[in-house]
Amino acid sequence: MLRIACPWCGPRAEIEFSYGGEAHIALPEAADALDDAAWAQYLFMRTNPKGRHLERWVHTHGCRRWFNVVRDTASERIAAVYQPGAEPPEDAR
Amino acid sequence: MAELARDDRLRQGAGISIAERPARACIDLRGDVTDARFVHAVESVTDLRPPSQGLAAASGLLASLLWLGPDEWLVVSETQASGELCARLRQALRGVHAAVTEVGDARIVYAVAGPNARDVFAKGCPLDLHPRAFRPGQCAQTLLGKVSVLIHQVGQDPAYEVYVARSFADYAWAWLVTAAGEYLDGSEGK
Repeated sequence: MLRIACPWCGPRAEIEFSYGGEAHIALPEAADALDDAAWAQYLFMRTNPKGRHLERWVHTHGCRRWFNVVRDTASERIAAVYQPGAEPPEDAR
Repeated sequence: MAELARDDRLRQGAGISIAERPARACIDLRGDVTDARFVHAVESVTDLRPPSQGLAAASGLLASLLWLGPDEWLVVSETQASGELCARLRQALRGVHAAVTEVGDARIVYAVAGPNARDVFAKGCPLDLHPRAFRPGQCAQTLLGKVSVLIHQVGQDPAYEVYVARSFADYAWAWLVTAAGEYLDGSEGK
């Protein structure tokens, strides 16, 4: 069980949250002009690191807001939590 | 809003009491708390400023404002008629970027009070309700068993009010009575 610090509600149990996959995946500009390979790259390909991972979570059973988390996929340590639209803190990347 | 609570929904023991509360006005209010016009309009109707901090609730004579999110509050009142309160909020917020939605029919409120109340919640609620972490006047959305609830601490004793979606109300009631079983009088809790 992780304890995740929602930017608005503070530290809460993991079961209150839902995972939203890797963060900062932006829809390419002129998406309708992409070829299949480029579209597949956007849709399916993720970094899948062993180590720090930038990812999205939503506080489903709390304030229902999305936010970003820097989590180490090996140690499960959470290095930082930051608001959507923001860049990850320098020391947490 | 004259609807009374179901009279079979009352269970008691030496250290616990669980009861359904009569229906009350609940209004979902959304707006920008940094917009002075929004704050002023809400204050003019409820005499309360929308709390900007998580976990915070503001209570007055007319109503309470329970924090749901950075731009969302639940306005609850046991004394004001829901439609009237809603109309007054809409009138005051005219021209302000805000949303006012009546949601009272969607919710049931259970009162859980007594020295064993925290023991009951501890069986299926991940929220830390210890007095150092959660005090009277605070509210939080969390899980109770498998359902989303809004818990508002209304008294020091401690006393809590649990807001649950009506469609999950029977489940939540059964969960509370089962969890409280060991503290209830006689066989009523079984």
